[in-house]
Amino acid sequence: MNRDIKNEMKIEFSSKSANEAFARISVAAFASQLDPTIEEIADIKTSVSEAVTNSIIHAYPNRDGIVKLSAKLLDDEIEIEVSDTGEGIENIEEAREPLFTTKGNLERSGMGFTIMENFMDKLKVESIVGIGTKVTMIKKIKKNKSLENTY
Amino acid sequence: MRVNHYLEDKLLLFEITEELDHHEVERIRKRADYEIQRVMPKKVIFDFKKVSFMDSAGIGLIVGRYKFANLYGANTELINVNEKVRKIFEMSGVLKIIPIIDNYGSERIG
Repeated sequence: MNRDIKNEMKIEFSSKSANEAFARISVAAFASQLDPTIEEIADIKTSVSEAVTNSIIHAYPNRDGIVKLSAKLLDDEIEIEVSDTGEGIENIEEAREPLFTTKGNLERSGMGFTIMENFMDKLKVESIVGIGTKVTMIKKIKKNKSLENTY
Repeated sequence: MRVNHYLEDKLLLFEITEELDHHEVERIRKRADYEIQRVMPKKVIFDFKKVSFMDSAGIGLIVGRYKFANLYGANTELINVNEKVRKIFEMSGVLKIIPIIDNYGSERIG
């Protein structure tokens, strides 16, 4: 696999719900350099929104914390990392199960990780209780083959 | 969100105009529950025509309102749901209890 990083970015922001839109729009704007389809951009936006919302709700339930968001553009993919230094996840396997939630009282659906898994090509979740959580996602961006063939 | 109340049909129609993420959902929930309690409709419809973005917070919102409306004996339906949003609802299985109505009487709603 070609791991040549073409471009990268990093943002840090407070764990405030108003930043959910800011986060997904920032990544979408950055990803646009790879000339993705509308469908691919929508998948990225939804997945970033899920990961960032998880940090805001679960990592820092009773306090403000910092959410870190970074993205790397490679030849034909974007790698996105969302991390926090919050509560951490006790059982990652269980957390990734569809419909599993610890925040049913907040009307959370338990579909966050399932959506990330479905919309991205790769999803890695690392977490240590009391230290924090890091979610890494990769989305392949298909090159516009018809355009390449033209020239 | 725009709220339309059709008295003759005991219908409460919520036209969602926000991006449906966790941030917006918190506010929409309060407004919707207030209206459901006030109007006590027989049917609640969520119109997704203007929803350009939704993540899993939208599932929680709709399931929660379905349950709340149900306490008052009201059904909940969804209309004008685009492909992207439909896919998210499908993943969660909620469409088995909360149907999407295609071609809903557009002459009145539009």
